Amino acid sequence: MNLKTWFVFLMISIVGVLLALANTPTIFEYHLLENQQSEINKSDEAFNKMMDVLTHQRCMNCHPNDNIPKQGNDRRPHYFGMARGEDDKGFQATNCNTCHNSENNTYSGVPGAPHWSLAPASMGWEGLTRSQIAERLVDKNANGQRSFDELLKHMTEDELVLWAWTPGIDPNGQEREVPPVSKEEFKNAVEYWLDNGAVIPTK
Amino acid sequence: MEISFTVNDVLQTVNVEDENTPLLWVIRDILDLKGTKFGCGKAACGACTLHVDGEAVRSCSYAVKFVQDKTVTTIEGLGNRENPHPVQLAWVEEIVPQCGYCQPGFMMATAALLKKVPKPTDEDIDNNIINVCRCGTYYRMRKAIHKAAEIQAEKDTNESNMV
Repeated sequence: MNLKTWFVFLMISIVGVLLALANTPTIFEYHLLENQQSEINKSDEAFNKMMDVLTHQRCMNCHPNDNIPKQGNDRRPHYFGMARGEDDKGFQATNCNTCHNSENNTYSGVPGAPHWSLAPASMGWEGLTRSQIAERLVDKNANGQRSFDELLKHMTEDELVLWAWTPGIDPNGQEREVPPVSKEEFKNAVEYWLDNGAVIPTK
Repeated sequence: MEISFTVNDVLQTVNVEDENTPLLWVIRDILDLKGTKFGCGKAACGACTLHVDGEAVRSCSYAVKFVQDKTVTTIEGLGNRENPHPVQLAWVEEIVPQCGYCQPGFMMATAALLKKVPKPTDEDIDNNIINVCRCGTYYRMRKAIHKAAEIQAEKDTNESNMV
């Protein structure tokens, strides 16, 4: 290798090193990436916490995909052939309010909360993955035209939603199981997930 | 706690220690209207069905506090010997009851159904009349429900012709 070749090789190497240095992320940029990753992790964590609740039987029983409300921890079909009916509240003369009131009944063990009813058919979650549930949740065509703010209000303030944490006793006098995440944790998780763009982890 | 409500067109005021006392106990034990029956106490069998503001409810699972200022109709107020309700006429005509214990609940549920669905199909009956009869009088009840709808329709036609 002659001197000229060495010189060309050296110059290419120097240019290469300079280009590489010019495109190397700064410390600041490294921090930014770390923060973004951290936010994604937190959002995923919030998503999973929220989904631990939404996929619990206390919620899932009233979000069927077959128009049949479910009961109990085993998610059995509601006794007596009850079904969605035309307005999500059962049939004309025998509907949810024939037995369910605006609060739990400690004498009979019949659960109750304001506007006791099935979730709309468009919000059927039974059999869906967490991602699919989330897609329906944020889809205005499925969620009753709710914006993120309205969704947050519904999920964290609606008395029927929050009934999941005060489900009372069943007809055998046994306490009903509550979701695995506390009410406050759930509210915070929903708020964090929505505030951070409602990112669905698998996407 | 004092609670006032109308039962079979009569204003009643009752005093209860526990506002969550089932309406059924107040109707039977305080107001002495024994037609409404206790069956399961879990809103499952429907023997305790009566009407609150025209809607069928299971009174064993209905806290008396909710009935304040409302109107209750029990089987005693559905009709009387001089002017029986179409459901009562149909029940007699089809000789529906066997032991009879659950029948007031079925009749109240049927009366509520006919208000909403004057000419119920078998499917409407299956969906809405979900009480339990241990004697198995379901077949005769189905006939009686259709009969009651006919009687009600005739009655409505006669009344409109009189106007």
